[in-house]
Amino acid sequence: MNRLPTNYELPTTNNQQRTTNLLRSEYLVLFLCAALFLGLAPFTPGLASAGNAINLLGNLLPLLVVAVGLTVVLIAGGIDLSVTSTIALTSVAGALVMNGDTGWLAGTPLAVPSAIALMLLLGGLVGAFNGLAVTVLRMPAFIVTLTTMMFLSGLAIWLTQSKPIAHLPAGFTALGTRLWLTLLVAAALGAFAHGMLTRSLFGRWLHAVGHNARTARVSGVPVTGVVIAAYVVSGVFAAAASVLYTARLETGSPVLGQRLLLDVIGATVLGGTSLFGGKGKVAWTFFGVLFLTLLDNALNLLGLSHFMIMMVKGGVILLAALLDAWRALEVRRS
Amino acid sequence: MQNSHPSRTTNHEPRTTHHDQLSFHAITKSFFGVKVLKDVTFSVGAGRVVGLVGENGAGKSTLMNLLGGNLRPDAGAMRFNGSDYAPRDPRDARSAGIGFVHQELNLFPNLSIAENLFLDGFPTRGPFIRRGRLRDLAAALLNRAGLDLPPETRVERLSSGERQLVEIARALSFDARLLILDEPTTSLSARECERLFALVGQLRAEGRSLIYISHALGDVLRLCDDVVVLRDGEVVGQRPAGEWDPGRMVSLMVGRELKRLFPERAPPAQRGGPSSEQGGPERGTPLLEVRGVAQPGVVRDISFTLHRSEILGVSGLMGAGRTELARILFGLDPCERGRITLAGEPVAGTPRRRIRSGLALLTESRRDDGLCLEASLADNLALVTLARYARTPLRLLHLGGLRDALAKIREAVRLQPRLASAQPVKTLSGGNQQKVVLAKWLLAEPRVLILDEPTRGIDVGAKFEIYQLIHDLADRGAGVLVISSELEELTGLCDRILVMSHGRITDDLSRAEFDRERILNAALPG
Repeated sequence: MNRLPTNYELPTTNNQQRTTNLLRSEYLVLFLCAALFLGLAPFTPGLASAGNAINLLGNLLPLLVVAVGLTVVLIAGGIDLSVTSTIALTSVAGALVMNGDTGWLAGTPLAVPSAIALMLLLGGLVGAFNGLAVTVLRMPAFIVTLTTMMFLSGLAIWLTQSKPIAHLPAGFTALGTRLWLTLLVAAALGAFAHGMLTRSLFGRWLHAVGHNARTARVSGVPVTGVVIAAYVVSGVFAAAASVLYTARLETGSPVLGQRLLLDVIGATVLGGTSLFGGKGKVAWTFFGVLFLTLLDNALNLLGLSHFMIMMVKGGVILLAALLDAWRALEVRRS
Repeated sequence: MQNSHPSRTTNHEPRTTHHDQLSFHAITKSFFGVKVLKDVTFSVGAGRVVGLVGENGAGKSTLMNLLGGNLRPDAGAMRFNGSDYAPRDPRDARSAGIGFVHQELNLFPNLSIAENLFLDGFPTRGPFIRRGRLRDLAAALLNRAGLDLPPETRVERLSSGERQLVEIARALSFDARLLILDEPTTSLSARECERLFALVGQLRAEGRSLIYISHALGDVLRLCDDVVVLRDGEVVGQRPAGEWDPGRMVSLMVGRELKRLFPERAPPAQRGGPSSEQGGPERGTPLLEVRGVAQPGVVRDISFTLHRSEILGVSGLMGAGRTELARILFGLDPCERGRITLAGEPVAGTPRRRIRSGLALLTESRRDDGLCLEASLADNLALVTLARYARTPLRLLHLGGLRDALAKIREAVRLQPRLASAQPVKTLSGGNQQKVVLAKWLLAEPRVLILDEPTRGIDVGAKFEIYQLIHDLADRGAGVLVISSELEELTGLCDRILVMSHGRITDDLSRAEFDRERILNAALPG
């Protein structure tokens, strides 16, 4: 199993060694998922049922898509808080194009493809704006994406006068209601991101910029272009996630994804992607999303109130951050 | 405690029963399964200055980290001030009275000098810091260390040399009985060095002991009472300074006879690789032409020519504008006026474009912008040339080809084979790190390589290897620009030397004209 480099202060007993190795493993979160499932299944009615598995998958896949996009930005050393508002805005924009009542392209065969294309384009534009502000204008990513988030959210609500848009074509909603389609889309996007991060030139450049942007610049990496591209990827993936969410909801909603931000960032960090840049993997994000979705699912089934669930989730993410810090310390000691 | 005599004549007297301030007994330490320190035993007497020399990777830094509480030994023991000494962290070392002035400075740039000096213990009245007292205490320490700056100055505004003096002042602030100076003179000007040496003498007279780690062997022999030589984690020699022959010391350090510090180089007429067969006009033709480069407040009126196969040195005092010039040539900083051409083609634009034109820059500080410290060795080596292994249209990397190229360059720079490619580069010693940066640029086969302090903080053996690599590169037809603060390095390595002062080029000497005095004169202001 993949392990972070160990240091020489190795614990003496075998049990201690196994525990330390486990805690250092990059599959730790996956093990925790298994532990969570096995631990809670006896007490949670319906957790182990097939119906619940479908429900779980339906929650997990769109979240995974947006989290993978965020992972790309985090690896580059940035952060994108505007993903959830991008989801809302693109949901609304797509619905405006294709909905059966007042849609601009309502009824035409091109409605669905155009709508999806528009959504992705819009996501890319938001990303481009974020990226330009961070690189060319040298503004801190946190502030830029925070303000973008607020602006886009307001824009989405204004565009629809706060009213959701229903009657979306069946061709579109199938992407969300037919689970195998959702799975196909999410898996394809995940595979694409994985390949890009591990096998492409852009992926290596991304890691280098996240590690040390100054060194990258001196070494001839087109830092500005790489960072902008990272934000564009995040925006496009957020839009793709919006396609899945909107299809599942069968409604274009201006408040879609509003409560997702903690989940997205939390799941990504939980999985092991570093907030400081240079480190991150699609697989890790998958483990993080799986864990958080499973936790949410189980707590819901246990009948806990929404606020209790938020507290538990917050606590878990805090523990994840502590574990991450501990691992970094162990590596530093070697 | 018996006090030693403050004068230097003690070196030639037989060792009396000095009370040993510090002693190491059979210290052993391993990393990654490799023994980095083997059975190290030596002692430092009270009021003595002990020089510790050895190549990078010999174990000096590890030994000092054990002493300073950053690491714990696998075996062996230390004794300090008459009792067992086993620090668990740097605070233990500090309370025991050991002051560590690190090679890589540990100051907070956003805080003032005074705040850095007393970070661990501000003078307070209740919950409030007594600013006046803080300023006075800091001023007193700075005075002793010979740094003439107001204590409120923020550290980010100080030069490396000044920061080093602040570090020394900090060690004095808690009355350390033993001070460890790790490469203290790498960033100091000649004047600051003299002040440091006087300070060392003063500390010795106060009965403090010092461990002085440095690659400047001349300084070590001059300053220290005893010298200990480490090689591959073992003590291979330990003698009073007066009994050391410098050549013998270097031989012991590298474990082989090193006839000279600089590799042999054929005179310009006989130099050159393939081009000499063609007997073409390749050698000695102008390669990089710089005309009238100026940037207000930084450099002005910079004009010179770098020829093929030429090694051109740039000398000057700190602040003369040498690094700034290198950054302007490479496109990292703007320049208002001037023209730069390489083999007739204009050189302009971002560093990326200039790299494509054939330029390369090894920066002054590898930790800041030469390496991605958290990334692996392989990732660092590949950083500049990665695009060559990306196949269109999707720019997927051809990993096989990349691996081969990396293996070849590792051999070419003689990077220790036991270092794993996946190892994070921050775990490497300074000399190996610098080799990684150099290898990264050599892979790009540059036509002009600019080196800014290429051997800073690197041991004799690695320096020789780097000089050899520079020679090889020049012999293959490239032009090399070497910026260095070590005059011996420039006179040993270069065909020509430019001297800069206050942003201008003040002199241009060919090898036949090399003269220390003339160079220093040209470097001085006025």
